Amino acid sequence: MNSENSFKRPALLAAVLIVMIALPLIADATGYSALTSLATRILIYGIAAASLNLVLGYGGLVSFGHAAFFGIGGYVVGILYQHYSLEEPLFGFIPGTNQMLITLPVAILISGLAAAAIGALSLRTGGVQFIMITLAFAQMLFFLFVSLKTYGGDDGLIIRRTNELPGLNMRDKQTVYYVCLFITAVFFALLWRIVNSRFGNVLVGLRQSEKRMAAIGLPAYRYRLMAFIISGMGCGLAGALMANFLRFASPDMMHWTKSGELMVMVILGGVGTLFGPLIGAAVFIVLETTLAAWTENWQLALGFILLFVVLYTHGGVQALVSRLMGKR
Amino acid sequence: MAQPILNVRGLVKRFGGLLATDHVDLTVQPGEIHALIGPNGAGKTTLISQLMGELKPNEGTVELAGQSLDALPTARRVGLGLARTFQITCLLPDYTVLDNIALAVQVRQGHSFRFWKNVRSDRSLRDEASTFLTGTGLEPRENELVANLSHGEQKQLELAIALATQPRLLLLDEPMAGLGHAESQQMIKTLRGLKNQVSMLLVEHDMDAVFALADRISVLVYGRVIASGSVDEIRQNPEVRTAYLGEGDELC
Repeated sequence: MNSENSFKRPALLAAVLIVMIALPLIADATGYSALTSLATRILIYGIAAASLNLVLGYGGLVSFGHAAFFGIGGYVVGILYQHYSLEEPLFGFIPGTNQMLITLPVAILISGLAAAAIGALSLRTGGVQFIMITLAFAQMLFFLFVSLKTYGGDDGLIIRRTNELPGLNMRDKQTVYYVCLFITAVFFALLWRIVNSRFGNVLVGLRQSEKRMAAIGLPAYRYRLMAFIISGMGCGLAGALMANFLRFASPDMMHWTKSGELMVMVILGGVGTLFGPLIGAAVFIVLETTLAAWTENWQLALGFILLFVVLYTHGGVQALVSRLMGKR
Repeated sequence: MAQPILNVRGLVKRFGGLLATDHVDLTVQPGEIHALIGPNGAGKTTLISQLMGELKPNEGTVELAGQSLDALPTARRVGLGLARTFQITCLLPDYTVLDNIALAVQVRQGHSFRFWKNVRSDRSLRDEASTFLTGTGLEPRENELVANLSHGEQKQLELAIALATQPRLLLLDEPMAGLGHAESQQMIKTLRGLKNQVSMLLVEHDMDAVFALADRISVLVYGRVIASGSVDEIRQNPEVRTAYLGEGDELC
């Protein structure tokens, strides 16, 4: 009953997928070529928000530092590119690269390791302390990268060219969009398996009652840590894609406001639902773009919308839509 | 005498100046129902929490079938065959009745670092979970969300989940509390039926239930065991009558 059944509406899912595949063509035909870039950002933030949602929504752990992993993913791409273009190995022995088939897995690995370290310490606490510790770690990393002058410090790292994929012209925005779309599809398919697996089952159980889970013999810590690591890896992947898309990595990617934005996306879309965060990312980015065109105080308007969503939708935009469509 | 399934020696728990558990010695023999009675605030639930490892005692040792549990966290104790029910029910409200039991079966089967197979179409879990529902009266409610269950049904489910961990010793924290007369009778019947499968430490206020079920009774007052013995010994014990049962009150 409580299981994630978005995939059980294959018709809706297929329709959305077809629209997304056709989107660049629609954008070209209607002359809104910026639409493709907008959609690419939505996909990337959707991955990041859905990753956060694994711990926040499914696991009930409010992490306020997930931008750290997003930023690490971005910096992995940026740093590897810098060493590639300067032709000097990192630490004297790790060669740089501009190959996406290498940079993405490395970004996922490094952000996973960072999540393991941060999670291992933060998960010894709970509640407000957990929120504060994750925030503190993210801010530590933020200031670390601000002070790293070798990698641009405050100004960040410019990546002159998007990473290469064999056989593809990655200088084309549409190609980048399709690469992101493919990765997003694979990512959500994996996430869908995970949240409905035995692992997902204990994770959701822990959110509902830690005491009950202990009483049936579950050691909570290791499962929460694993969820935190998977979640960090997902954010790292998103960060690496974002650095490729913007051709830029900066400390702003791991600023606490970015963690807040990811959280807002999750809440807007629907906490603890599979596609909610992706919908939330779409709503957030479309709102940001349209509201910012009207007023520079767009965050005020966003605040009111968030207030409405939290108070009246009972579970974000996803829940609102399903209720309007009478599917609940 | 056979080795006791539960052996508690010199257990002490202090909360600041309050001595919640005062050098408690307690044994439960295999196959027996040992009832623990005492007035409100005597420290019965605190004792159960220490046996489960949810609270850490200041002194003393707890052994399960000769194996020391002192250094083990709750999860490991459950793995060794200890299970409890909660006085104030503690269930997973967003899950169905069957989900709650299946999760206990899943945890017993081994680690849950399995990321691929859908847990709700896993027949080995669902079928085994169903077997723990038979005879509880919850079968027609197996797909009901726990949040929608009545109090009595939740108590039944507490017991079914505890049994799904296949315990050797069951710690029952007031299983009859809040139940109506018919529900209590049903619970007594269920517990009596379990007697040959599992040993029990029964904390209960309902004296009818205690006298109907218990092989031995221990009386806990202000964290101290003031008497321990057979049902008849406890009924006759003058100290117990003053401290707990109330002097001059007719029993049963």
